[in-house]
Amino acid sequence: MAFKIIVCAKQVPDTNVIKINPKTGTLIRDGVPSILNHDDANALEEALKIKDQYPDTHITVITMGPPQAKDLLFECLAKGADEGILVSDRAVGGSDTWATSNTLEAAVKKVGPFDLMFAGRQAIDGDTAQVGPQLAEKLGIPQVTYVEEFKMDKNMKDITVKRQLEDGYEMIKLQTPCMLTTIKELNNPRYMSMKGIFGEKEIKVWNAKDIEVDLTTVGLEASPTNVFRSFTPAPKGKGITIEGDTVNDVAKKLLVNLKGKHVI
Amino acid sequence: MNFQLTKEQEFVRKMVREFAVNEVEPLAAEIDQEHRFPVETAEKMANYGLLGIPFPTEYGGAGGDHISYAITVEELSRVCASTGVICSAHTSLCCWPIFAWGTEEQKKKYLPDLLSGKKLGAFGLTEPNAGTDAAGQQTRAVKDGDDYILNGAKVFITNGGYAETFVIMAMTDKSKGTRGISAFIVEKSDEGFSIGKTEDKMGICASSTTELIFQNCRIPADRMLGNVGEGFKVAMSTLDGGRIGIASQALGIAQGAFDVTVEYMKARKQFGKKLSQMEALQFEIADMKTRIEASRLLIYQAADMKDKHLAYGPKSAMAKLFAAETAMYVTTKAVQLHGGYGYTKDYPVERMMRDAKITEIYEGTSEVQKIVIAASVFGK
Repeated sequence: MAFKIIVCAKQVPDTNVIKINPKTGTLIRDGVPSILNHDDANALEEALKIKDQYPDTHITVITMGPPQAKDLLFECLAKGADEGILVSDRAVGGSDTWATSNTLEAAVKKVGPFDLMFAGRQAIDGDTAQVGPQLAEKLGIPQVTYVEEFKMDKNMKDITVKRQLEDGYEMIKLQTPCMLTTIKELNNPRYMSMKGIFGEKEIKVWNAKDIEVDLTTVGLEASPTNVFRSFTPAPKGKGITIEGDTVNDVAKKLLVNLKGKHVI
Repeated sequence: MNFQLTKEQEFVRKMVREFAVNEVEPLAAEIDQEHRFPVETAEKMANYGLLGIPFPTEYGGAGGDHISYAITVEELSRVCASTGVICSAHTSLCCWPIFAWGTEEQKKKYLPDLLSGKKLGAFGLTEPNAGTDAAGQQTRAVKDGDDYILNGAKVFITNGGYAETFVIMAMTDKSKGTRGISAFIVEKSDEGFSIGKTEDKMGICASSTTELIFQNCRIPADRMLGNVGEGFKVAMSTLDGGRIGIASQALGIAQGAFDVTVEYMKARKQFGKKLSQMEALQFEIADMKTRIEASRLLIYQAADMKDKHLAYGPKSAMAKLFAAETAMYVTTKAVQLHGGYGYTKDYPVERMMRDAKITEIYEGTSEVQKIVIAASVFGK
């Protein structure tokens, strides 16, 4: 039996190029190229590394989005994934993270049993980091977020991961099937290959009916959250540079400053 | 008529652009100054399939087309012309003649290693006394039982120092002129074959340009490519395609110089305003851009004709002539627009201008391209 991996990926606007309309606070998407979300590229890369080691591995990439998100699947397949699935339907448009994970849950169930699931930690356009964890909950599988190191035993069952924390890390053991959300420290994503670009590709496009999702749980209407307002934060003023002849001098001045502000 | 790239061609550009910016550009100035062939980059190009693009998968190629190949050389050359020509000389001058002229046995023996980039290829036609006058070949191949024995020397061979498979032209019957030339596949390990002097060049300094020496170099007769006396045809048909590669290199150099110049002009201020706001300089940019776009159209058209098996020789000559002249024009202007900074090695346009010159010379000088083009007008 092939080892089956599902990778969740999202097509996002390239934030290096993007501009924000200062009046409305919305993204100006005109002429902005769409790219594979960075953390998702790490998710795919970890799956491809498993496939490098165990060529029998089968990788399915799932994405939800408009028809042009097929380009993202093309790129993932050109890097070495086996199959791409785009869930695209007006009925799921405007979904928040809850409604999105409902949609993805239905799509994953249609794909069938799998051993391992990777998703990027978060997308650079929404920055919520919620869809991966929600999907794992709904599928009833264990999850570890912020994975920066991954090891799998030869039995293809026991997994050890290093989970990044703000002030340290956790080493966690778990078993397949499970969901891991990935961060950039995990690996260096490969490029597409020429053979991958010109090779045959299996890209499926599914609508809401295909995945038999409950239509009352998806789309804008069903979303319990929506964006109230978005804005560009005002830039912070310049910081203060404390200068002095010795380190002690500088520390003293800092202490006086902090005490004066009742910080300490 | 359709001027839009296919999905695959668009992704080739995206892939090679990313590869070039991350893997090639950071090395470009260093390998130029050290005159160092980037072995590590050649290996990476091999791993990603950049050394076997326009060949069928059955021989280990990517199953791509010549426009994708042209885009690849262009994007590599946009940041490093030396790296671009590694791909171009290997693909057009060694893999292609073996693919087009080789027997099934030769193709099966040589192409998988070449197209996977496991081995690098080179092509030997030019001799000290046979440059543009390629018919004046002095390297001899004499039949001896089941073997041929080669004697002579080739010069200015791109990839010479790092290639393992060579397509070599040699005279098998001097009395027949160009019809007395035959093509052979020579392996680096062949007895009597050695690499001579490495050239110290003005530009493309990281490309390996060497002499090849044949001293009683004995090779089996089944290494002949094409039939006896077909060598000149092999060479000329190979160069028709090679011109697409070099035109793409020239285009890449021009585009690279253009891109950095545009950025420079947006930042550089003189007389209280940015260079990009000065109309006289904007006009220079307009001329540069127009010639670049015209070069690109000629190149892609020639590549498309090659894929469609149409007679593309004069078209690829026009593409190379125009793109090479554009590379010189654009890089010279780019240096000028950078002022004194452009003349220093702190800015890449200095290297690009030196690199551009070779595109007017190798794989047929601009004058040879004009001979080819004129012959298509008036007949030979």
